[in-house]
Amino acid sequence: MEFLDALLEYNFLQKALLTSIMVGIICGIVGSFIILRGMSLMGDAISHAVLPGVAISYMLGINFFFGAIFTGLLTAIGIGFISQNSRIKHDTSIGIMFTAAFALGIILITLLKSSTDLYHILFGNVLAVRTTDMWITLIVGVIVIGAIYFLYKELLLTSFDPTIAMAYGLPKNLIHYILMTLLTMATVASLQTVGIVLVVAMLITPAATAYLITDRLSTMITLSAIIGACSSIIGLYFSFIYNLASGAAIVVVATAIFLLAFFLSPKHGLLWRSFRSKANSISIKKEM
Amino acid sequence: MTTSIEVSDLFVSYFGKPAVSGVRFSIRSGELVGIIGPNGAGKSTVLKAILHLIPFDKGEVKIFGKKVKHMRKKMAYVPQRSEIDWDFPIHVLDTVLIGTYPELGLFRRPGKKEKDWAMECLKQVGMEKFYKHQIGELSGGQQQRVFIARALAQRAEIFLLDEPFVGIDMTSEEMIIQLLKRLRDEGKTIVVVHHDLSKANDYFDELILLNKELIHMGSTETVLQPSIMLKAYERELTFLKEIGVEA
Repeated sequence: MEFLDALLEYNFLQKALLTSIMVGIICGIVGSFIILRGMSLMGDAISHAVLPGVAISYMLGINFFFGAIFTGLLTAIGIGFISQNSRIKHDTSIGIMFTAAFALGIILITLLKSSTDLYHILFGNVLAVRTTDMWITLIVGVIVIGAIYFLYKELLLTSFDPTIAMAYGLPKNLIHYILMTLLTMATVASLQTVGIVLVVAMLITPAATAYLITDRLSTMITLSAIIGACSSIIGLYFSFIYNLASGAAIVVVATAIFLLAFFLSPKHGLLWRSFRSKANSISIKKEM
Repeated sequence: MTTSIEVSDLFVSYFGKPAVSGVRFSIRSGELVGIIGPNGAGKSTVLKAILHLIPFDKGEVKIFGKKVKHMRKKMAYVPQRSEIDWDFPIHVLDTVLIGTYPELGLFRRPGKKEKDWAMECLKQVGMEKFYKHQIGELSGGQQQRVFIARALAQRAEIFLLDEPFVGIDMTSEEMIIQLLKRLRDEGKTIVVVHHDLSKANDYFDELILLNKELIHMGSTETVLQPSIMLKAYERELTFLKEIGVEA
């Protein structure tokens, strides 16, 4: 009740809650496609690669959103360029490029600002969300949901069966970079809630949980968004009550929900799976 | 009968090694054609080149006299089953609905009309009862029938199938070949990459025999002659002789 009272009383807490819920939804939706395409590492990479962009934005005095999108996309293109034009494998290329961007970002930030800012960017500080940040998160949410709604067919096909997508003449690379843009936007929106280091958890943990529960993409996306939002609410609650870092609390909650699904999911959970295989082996023995 | 596929002077290489050299042939609509040849003969490569799925060094492909990029809607492709992620969260009906995407174009979603049509296509391969199953729950033959239904859903003029009978049961194989023959009788063009020579005689009207180059193309009887087959399978035969098999 303490939390509810505080929520009614403090404007900053309302903003924090609304922003975290939006972040849970955005990351849940984008993350569904990220895990189905086997791009979890890419998610981690892009989230780190926004750091120099944030620093440059400070320098130029513009909203950090623009700089972050710029360096995030530049890194995505760089990763693709290196793996396509050399014998370096994709995951190695990801490793090289994102650590480079991250290192550059750390240097830029320490040159520019005090180390407390760096700490907030890395680990999030949801209680310091400003009104403009809340609006940016809301706009990002609308763009992400809109893009995924309109390109649903194309995203489904390029994720599920890239060969057929090519045979249909779909612009595979363009769709890849659109998804990378959405991924960068989701990351930027999450900066203050969970911070750069933990964004990847918001992208893949709720999506992976949903993947264990359903066999249908549209349901998976919806579930993933709901799980993301719930993790945010519960995480923020614990963060407020016990004075914990909000990002870490949210991620721990998301992981707990994942573990529940991992053991108990009726379709793909460990428990039912072992029941089914036991029942199977008993029925085979009976037939023998 | 009109020429539906025309391949001229096709050269494809992988990492500098030639895979297909100077292949040319044309196929008319209303024909059921098999592409045969030993392993590594470039059979799948030719199919992928027809669809422009791989870059080629030289050559041209014409579909009903037009460039491939204008004719993609008319071409249905059934890739090898090994290229699919069977854990993907997708149902049988949604898989078949993919066949309606080219006609729908960008942004538009499949509606009731498309769903009814997809169910109709599933009925044609005897898979309508499984429409709600996740695709990984099916047997190999059932999976292949679903992908044939997806190709049907596209209302294409040309069907290109890559090794459709590998790893599937006899019932499914029989059902698929009957369906392909029916499509041929309706005037469609069917091209099948195939490696089981024993069935080639019953299945196809015409054969394209490949071994990196075009060895021979013609009616099934003219291609399945010892002198001609020997040209493509020479290396295999030399090996058999070496280990003491009498030809």
